[in-house]
Amino acid sequence: MSNAYELSIEKLPNPEKATLEGKNKFLGFWFFLGGETVLFGTLFATFLALRDKVGNGPAGHELFSITTTFISTMILLFSSLTSVFAILALKDYRLRMMQFWFWVTILLGLCFLSLEIYEFFNYVKEGLGYKTSAFSSSFYTLVGTHGSHVFFGILWISTLMIASYKKGITTVTAPKYYIAALYWHFIDVVWVFIFTVVYLLGILGG
Amino acid sequence: MATTPITIGEEKQGFLPWLWKWLTTVDHKKIGILYLCGAGLFFLVGGIEALLIRIQLSVPQNDLLVGSTYNQVMTMHGTTMIFLAAMPAIFALLNAVVPLQIGARDVAFPFLNALGFWLFFLGGLILNASWFLGGAPDGGWTAYAPLSTEFLGSGMDFYILGLQVAGAGTLMGGINFLVTIINMRAPGMTFMRMPLFTWTALITSALILFAFPALTVGLFFELFDKIFGANFFNAANGGNGVIWEHIFWIFGHPEVYILILPAFGVISEVIPTFAKKRLFGYTSMVFATVLIGFLAFMVWVHHMFTVGLGPMANSLFAIATMAIAIPTGMKIFNWIFTMWGGQVHYTTANLFAVGFIPTFVLGGVTGVMLAVPAADFQYHDSYFVVAHFHYVIVGGVVFGLLSGLFYWWPKMTGKFLNERLGKVTFWFFFFGFHVTFFPQHFLGLMGMPRRYFTYLSGDGLTTGNLISSIGAVGMAVAVICLVINVVMTTANGKKAKGDAWEFGRTLEWSLPSPAPEYNFAQIPLVKGIDPFWKAKMEGSSKVMPAEPLGDIHMPSPSILPFLMSLALTIVSFGFIYADKMGTALNKGSLFFAGMGVALLFLMMLIHSLKDDHGIHIHKQEIIDTERVIE
Amino acid sequence: MKKKWQHVVHFLPLVVLTALLSACGKEGVSALEPMGDEAHEEAKLMILSIAIMVIVVMIVGMMFAYVVIKFRKRRNQEEYIPRQVEGSVVLEVIWTVIPIILLAILAVPTVAKTFSISDTTSKDVTKDALVINVTANQFWWEFEYPDQKIVTGEEVVIPKKRDVIFNLTSKDTTHAFWVPALGGKVDVNPGQTTKLKLEADKEGMYSGRCAELCGASHALMYFNVKAVSKTDFKTWVSDMKAGPSDPTNVSAKQGQGLFKNNCMSCHAVGNKDAGIAPNLTNFADRQTIAGFLDHNKKNLEKWVWNPQAEKPGATMPRRGMNANLSKGQIKQIADYLFTLSVTQ
Repeated sequence: MSNAYELSIEKLPNPEKATLEGKNKFLGFWFFLGGETVLFGTLFATFLALRDKVGNGPAGHELFSITTTFISTMILLFSSLTSVFAILALKDYRLRMMQFWFWVTILLGLCFLSLEIYEFFNYVKEGLGYKTSAFSSSFYTLVGTHGSHVFFGILWISTLMIASYKKGITTVTAPKYYIAALYWHFIDVVWVFIFTVVYLLGILGG
Repeated sequence: MATTPITIGEEKQGFLPWLWKWLTTVDHKKIGILYLCGAGLFFLVGGIEALLIRIQLSVPQNDLLVGSTYNQVMTMHGTTMIFLAAMPAIFALLNAVVPLQIGARDVAFPFLNALGFWLFFLGGLILNASWFLGGAPDGGWTAYAPLSTEFLGSGMDFYILGLQVAGAGTLMGGINFLVTIINMRAPGMTFMRMPLFTWTALITSALILFAFPALTVGLFFELFDKIFGANFFNAANGGNGVIWEHIFWIFGHPEVYILILPAFGVISEVIPTFAKKRLFGYTSMVFATVLIGFLAFMVWVHHMFTVGLGPMANSLFAIATMAIAIPTGMKIFNWIFTMWGGQVHYTTANLFAVGFIPTFVLGGVTGVMLAVPAADFQYHDSYFVVAHFHYVIVGGVVFGLLSGLFYWWPKMTGKFLNERLGKVTFWFFFFGFHVTFFPQHFLGLMGMPRRYFTYLSGDGLTTGNLISSIGAVGMAVAVICLVINVVMTTANGKKAKGDAWEFGRTLEWSLPSPAPEYNFAQIPLVKGIDPFWKAKMEGSSKVMPAEPLGDIHMPSPSILPFLMSLALTIVSFGFIYADKMGTALNKGSLFFAGMGVALLFLMMLIHSLKDDHGIHIHKQEIIDTERVIE
Repeated sequence: MKKKWQHVVHFLPLVVLTALLSACGKEGVSALEPMGDEAHEEAKLMILSIAIMVIVVMIVGMMFAYVVIKFRKRRNQEEYIPRQVEGSVVLEVIWTVIPIILLAILAVPTVAKTFSISDTTSKDVTKDALVINVTANQFWWEFEYPDQKIVTGEEVVIPKKRDVIFNLTSKDTTHAFWVPALGGKVDVNPGQTTKLKLEADKEGMYSGRCAELCGASHALMYFNVKAVSKTDFKTWVSDMKAGPSDPTNVSAKQGQGLFKNNCMSCHAVGNKDAGIAPNLTNFADRQTIAGFLDHNKKNLEKWVWNPQAEKPGATMPRRGMNANLSKGQIKQIADYLFTLSVTQ
């Protein structure tokens, strides 16, 4: 195994895949996302099975607002775009540019989360508690798991960005930034499914 | 010939440095030994639980273990054997063997590898702590809902959290081996030149990756139902226990293929080696392995034929289940034809591999019988099923693992297990096994349901149960012999050289026993299947290297994997004690769990920020070490 | 020689299997002694699958035994290296195609029988069938006859040679309903109804049992199926409707009073069904107490004294042993319960 520090000074193209460790992290993380897909798949399947079991509580179409959902979706989609810009900057070794775009991504993520927490508070006030019905339990668990993934992503990218002021872009750090962006794209894709299966289907399917 | 593990540089003497070495290791070879120790310990625990069951059932209406006590022993027997004995033993072999077989110096993620081990071990301790803390789980290893979420006690919390922690470790192991095998094979080792054991490791790892997340979700659902009042399985509020069954078996069926495929891999290594003949039908064997892996996800409903899903669903899954018999049967024939025309040496490892064949075939054919839904309406949840799965898990997985143990023990430790004692072990285990489990097919057909702590004396089940219990004594004798063997060998066993069995075919046998810390001084160049055999047949004693001798960089040891697992243990106990069985949550306990999470995040932060420069092994050190070996 | 031993051991199970399969187990309990339509069909499928599997096992067994003996290493052969054979496409095809054919032979009756046995709703099946609603509880069974308007517990009476359709649900956790001599089982889930069709060929007692882990006394959740002639069934139904006559014996009379005060809130006698505990209308005519205890006064007194000692986890409150009833009073209740017969 060669010394990654020496190589980084040379500024190899595609720094995130330039070393064996980088390639391993890259492949390993794609596999991890495969496992996460099964995880969310199970949550979705359960939600679909239980979505009509509203018991004495409110149903989805009584609570969901297409406006709020649309805004959340736009925020998250846009944050995915900014993370793409960050990676483009990474490949050009433009540290400041990359940091800027990742900080925007984090900010957008925080907006998304705030909106979601606000939304949940309102639902609880309207009578949809966690224990209210099978629908409520599966709704909060599915959407809440996604939200916790967003939260973890925010923590993760923030940590990397704070460290990046000292560590910069090298063949050691580049794979870490890359897979964090990959993670962020993944939770965006999951959100598209949530938006469709939970909110749209809830509002339209009635 | 090297007799102690080759270490580089200074090694401090004393108990504490020795303990620190094992707590912080990220070396796959040591991690393999750690897995073996953990698996061995839990195998003994599970075995004692089995003996207790058989003693209770040896006579009708016995009162040694009744009611919930019996259900606890029965649940822990199954859970321990599957999750804490068989799976870790598999990981022991994967760790000990796969990197050597592919010509690599370590796995892709050594830190994660260590973390996977400690999570398994602490998960196992959490699960077994329940015995001392209010009672073990008693819902069966399948923990059906709503029984587990609404009608049983605190033991189920230990089940949920213990398995969640152990399962996380397994998932990491799966990803690790997938990346290792895909990215780190030696030059010249194409996929179709990989040893069969590595192929089964690859497919098993893929199964782990896609099966365990379903279990993760299911366990969270049970946790939320039990502690937070969710309604996933609560019929009164619209929930449905059948959802648990689907989720559990979507995990559970691939799980049993996760167990058997590595055993198949062992057989595919041991039989060719001791027949001095290459594996017959390599391409078909690879194809069969991949097909079995794929079909594993298509058959889960055969565990649910009696749920009332309807004849259409039942028939579709019946056909898919029968289909799996085809690639499996193909393997049996290929093993038999490997021996055909060979020169078969009956070492203990080979006795287990050869004994596997008829035993697993019997288990496989009862599997095809079970695949018929209308007949399964009689077999389901009876001792017929118990007989079937013990035939495939003990007669299949355990025989395979014992074969692998005797086969690779010299490579892992530098010493041979005693062959005479090994043969005693084999014969007691083989006969004891058949006497224990063959009668159980009849007990089931004669009306004995499973998970019964007793049976009525007038039901005609007495003789069969007594015979079965006698067989268990035979198996116990075998295991005692094995333990004596291990202890004796560790003290002063016969030393082994690199090509321990003389007819080694794959790369691990080209290395010293045990292998040095860096595995290969020079990564080998692979020119075909069974590269070491190929080199020997061409007159060389070594495989040609693919690179010049140079400095080697190895990853640094770390205490973080152990500490992170401790943090998750804190989280688990926090959740376990938050459950006050229907009354208000214990908020203090949840706070404690939160502290555990914070601790975990802190350690992840440290690991992310700290740069690991690794350990540098200079070229001269390698030359000196290799010279000592010769 | 150990290889010959392996040979023998390998064939032994087959011999034993074939011999024993011809007649095995207790009649009325064992699935190998089928006594109802469904059990017969299922046994036929079992025999077909065993026959096919025996063919496979014999072929594999013979090849295995041959190889294991013929090619073992003999003395003074250390230097011999066998010819390294890569494989054989022909053989691979043979041992893929033949199993496919064998499985196809099994698959056709499998699918056909699965559909026919699972049919509990088509007109042909339902028009002449007797309907019984079953409710499973921890750890006892309740049987309600909706058309006849009677309720009983622990022992279900059916007419012989007539299809019976059971509609099953659970009051608590998942159970399973299994009468091996008459047919296969079905799971019994809370919040849903599953269906099972059974038929008894002859008059007699058939043992039923719970077949899904349901708690501490899962192993003691037996019930009985009593098949009687058509006329006897009609008589039984009207007898159940009429109910038992009042007791004449002094002790039993006392027992009746105690029963009304201590037991009636859960246990009904007569058509009214409380559903919390087994209906005791025809208690004296049953074969067992609490599903599994031998049916005699001593056991009944032990049961009422301390149910949890007999059946761990039983939900029946303890009335004896430091609760409110004395041994003498329990004896009187037992005397009363043993007068609860409808067949006099």
